[in-house]
Amino acid sequence: MTGRFTPFMWFVFSVGGTIAAFLFPVHLFLNGLAFPLGWLDAPSYEALRALVQHPVTRLYLFVMISLPLFHWAHRFRYTLYDVLQLYHLGLLIAILCYGAALGGSAGAAYTLCNLG
Amino acid sequence: MSDLAQYTPYHPRWYRRRMPVLWWLKDRAYVKFVLRELTSVFVAFFALTSLWQLRALAQGPDAYARFVARLKAPIFLAVDIVALGFVLFHTITWFNLTPTAMVVRVRGKRVPDMIVAGSNYVVWVLVSAAVAWILTRGVK
Repeated sequence: MTGRFTPFMWFVFSVGGTIAAFLFPVHLFLNGLAFPLGWLDAPSYEALRALVQHPVTRLYLFVMISLPLFHWAHRFRYTLYDVLQLYHLGLLIAILCYGAALGGSAGAAYTLCNLG
Repeated sequence: MSDLAQYTPYHPRWYRRRMPVLWWLKDRAYVKFVLRELTSVFVAFFALTSLWQLRALAQGPDAYARFVARLKAPIFLAVDIVALGFVLFHTITWFNLTPTAMVVRVRGKRVPDMIVAGSNYVVWVLVSAAVAWILTRGVK
């Protein structure tokens, strides 16, 4: 966990955090509240399929899912470290956090390829 | 001197005084710090919800209809309200930290913190409006 890896993860953490800060509130408000509660008309299945057909949309969605997951992995790793003080499990926690983010990103890439 | 200063794996055992797990409840600033750190859990939650939505979209109209119905369940609405609160807390703390993380200079003069942080909010409103416009136009 030394050398170049941790500085690189701090960089990914800040890029993912910036993406989440700008994009997540509006998407969460629309998808989680405004559409399910009928405050706004939700896009239809066909409209969303057409939107996702575009490569730019799929790239946008991949970036929007993958980088915030790595943001979580990095921040949560230190949350466990600081709050629960699991010092002896440091390496295991890091592997599980970054591994989960990697798995989620691979899932997003696979699903988005299928949607093409 | 510098070539002598290096780490070896044979250091003595760390002396670390264990703190109670709820150490951060003693001070409001610590509570705010831990809540801010926990925003990442809700960031991950929403990223995974989006992935779940894409999977349903890929599986076809029936699977997508089931996904849409699931999001209307009270438990999901409740979790989404909490998640929105945490995600907004993430956005606000993130934007307000930018002047600390990044010093912007124009012609040698430091741009005031208010303007660096404020410009984030302006871009945020514009981006959110664009996303909302794209997702709500031509919905039929």
